[in-house]
Amino acid sequence: MRAALLFFPALLAAQVNVPFERIRDADREPGNWLTYSRDYSGQRYSPLDQVNTTNVSKLHIAWIKQVDEADTFETSPIVVDGTLYLTEPPNVVEALDAVTGRSIWRYRKELPKDLRLCCGKVNRGLAILGNTLYYASTDAHLIALDARTGVPRWDVTMADYKNGYSSTGAPLAVKDKIITGMAGGEFGTRGFIDGYDAKTGKRAWRFNTIPAKGETGNDTWAGESWKTGSATTWVTGVYDADTNTVFWGTGNPGPDWNGDVRKGDNLYSDCLIALDPDTGAKKWHFQYTPHDMNDWDSTQTPILADGMAAGQPRKMVVLANRNGFYYALDRLSGKFIAGQPYVKQTWATGLDEAGRPMRIPDAEPSVEGKLIYPSLGGGSNWYSSTFHPKTGFYYVNVKEEGAIYHKGEAEYRAGAFFNGGGQTGYKGEEPYGAVRALEVGTGKLQWEYKLHRPSHAGLMTTAGGLVFGSNLTAFFALDAQKGSLLWHFETGGWIDANPISYMHAGKQYVAIASGHALLVFALD
Amino acid sequence: MKLALPLFISCVAFAAGTEPKVKLPTSRADLLNGEKLFSVHCVRCHGPKGVGGRGPLLTRARLTHAPDDAALINVLEDGIRGTEMPGAGAMSDREIRQVAAYVRSLGKVPVQSVPGDAAHGAEIYRGKGNCAGCHSIHGEGGIEGPDLSAVGEARSAAFLRESIVNPGAAVPDDYLLVTVVPKEGSRVSGVRVNEDSFSIQVRDSSGRTHSFWKRDLAQVEKQPGKSAMPSYQGQLSDSELTDLVAYLATLKEAK
Repeated sequence: MRAALLFFPALLAAQVNVPFERIRDADREPGNWLTYSRDYSGQRYSPLDQVNTTNVSKLHIAWIKQVDEADTFETSPIVVDGTLYLTEPPNVVEALDAVTGRSIWRYRKELPKDLRLCCGKVNRGLAILGNTLYYASTDAHLIALDARTGVPRWDVTMADYKNGYSSTGAPLAVKDKIITGMAGGEFGTRGFIDGYDAKTGKRAWRFNTIPAKGETGNDTWAGESWKTGSATTWVTGVYDADTNTVFWGTGNPGPDWNGDVRKGDNLYSDCLIALDPDTGAKKWHFQYTPHDMNDWDSTQTPILADGMAAGQPRKMVVLANRNGFYYALDRLSGKFIAGQPYVKQTWATGLDEAGRPMRIPDAEPSVEGKLIYPSLGGGSNWYSSTFHPKTGFYYVNVKEEGAIYHKGEAEYRAGAFFNGGGQTGYKGEEPYGAVRALEVGTGKLQWEYKLHRPSHAGLMTTAGGLVFGSNLTAFFALDAQKGSLLWHFETGGWIDANPISYMHAGKQYVAIASGHALLVFALD
Repeated sequence: MKLALPLFISCVAFAAGTEPKVKLPTSRADLLNGEKLFSVHCVRCHGPKGVGGRGPLLTRARLTHAPDDAALINVLEDGIRGTEMPGAGAMSDREIRQVAAYVRSLGKVPVQSVPGDAAHGAEIYRGKGNCAGCHSIHGEGGIEGPDLSAVGEARSAAFLRESIVNPGAAVPDDYLLVTVVPKEGSRVSGVRVNEDSFSIQVRDSSGRTHSFWKRDLAQVEKQPGKSAMPSYQGQLSDSELTDLVAYLATLKEAK
């Protein structure tokens, strides 16, 4: 097979085939980007080093893909053997030649006019398994497309969009299942993570992120509030093949800013859930923000990282949470190892031995408004953090910003906003951003590169010793070891996306969605 | 929720867009709650009971951007593009209607006219005050200070008077005074017209725009709360100030 690939590259490029084993062993083919975060670990680390600290200053545009319609462009493409697959607003999947940028096929599905969306017709990407692409559309459908032609194979409804359900994240292909989350945390939905049979589209399992009456954890919701408690799952999770475990984050409880109507810890909102991908059975959970009243979703992609903690080598699952704290958990047990604030926070005195935040009384939204750090955008947000296995650092694009949180009334009506308040900006201290490198086992700051304003875009590390990131409309590269600026490029459009890197025909490319375009960079 | 306010606001508008028609609440309880919400979210700019301030006065039967109740709801939900008016990201549909009802009730109160001789104020503007040296009205005047073509709609009389005697009290964001000190070459002072992590753009008093890479700079000195405009306290008499404010209050968008 390997010999055949060499002899018939053009023919085999048309014969797309990405079995589970290729994704599991993604490091064997560093030129491809086979799943949302490249591999199952969530590290968003590329083993490519053609672009490196010595030559990144010569990086320039190779090609640009303009999209037809304006909306926030959050796609993270996947790249398989010279073809780049991406999602585009409002509901488009396209295959492009990864070297020239020329289109190979394009799929577009018309959306209902009465979608209920909090934040635009956004989508963050695709999964591939075998020769099929999987796409979760904003009207809460899961769609399978022939990766060679873009022709639909099946299209299943995950939930009714009229009740506020949608989907924005890239699915995750694990063995013979397509695992996907959903969105709609502002509409009193009830969150879930689904597993579908990749061949037929038949739903194999559903894990409800809010336990029903009689199930363990339901008593963490007052009265009937569990029925409209949200806990959505709108960013892609990760997979540990060694233990056959999927890790997936959950969103804030609803209504977002008024906790009076949902007294209790509100499980499993703002959690990391460890699941068996074959059955959807929960192995463990860890709740970052019990009874969240600040809209601090914990949906961002966690990272599986091995490193030292308290002098011991540990297998960890780590993330810098929107609530302002960095957490390292044992990924086998879900037990808390270490954590500390990575941005200014004013709502907790710290984390206790089990990792539970110790709340400061009254540091919560009020009718008059209460200044709290971080803002509802969080210390970080949905976009990618990254881990570099050589430096051992976890890198996060932080927001240093507070906000005045208001509590308002919360009245549930199917398909309508169910927020219970919100925030107004606070300019008493000038908000700013930074890329911060943290010691993975503790969250201790190693270096920071300050940014003029908070970012809303992800990071990627590479074996070339680089951290790629974005701030406002600029795309840049830092030295992963030292944090110094090596290159930057004004893209002219707002960046709300994560970078990727791939190699084809001997050339390394770096891609980022910006404004209404995908920009792809390379060296000469 | 994923993002900060701006995107969220646009979606609130969508949700409301599904409503078949606009009917504002009329009960005393609704109006009282509207007043309470107004005092939390709106007073900072529109002043107590909508008398105006940084934002326009609302004690008018006809609001420029909200000729009918549906438009008023849209303004509350979405804000007004191109102005400092944000959308009400923190309020439910019902609360927005309560605020709208309260705002409409303000328009039923008789309006006090701005005192002073506007014609004499115009003379001071062009003559003794030399305001046109730095400010433009409908394309005539300088560009060092903000354009004043519609300032009478945007600001209350009290706010205008305070801006004339104490210009540093509320400097607009895009008029931050900065001095840029390059590693080589002469320093430049002016207003910051743009800035990001890597570069800064400054317009000097002659109207020339300078752009610098931050890596080439030794220092950027910022002066928040300071204005390039001199105070007219003591330069104009009390009655002259009153007349100047009366003139500025007449400035409206050209129709």
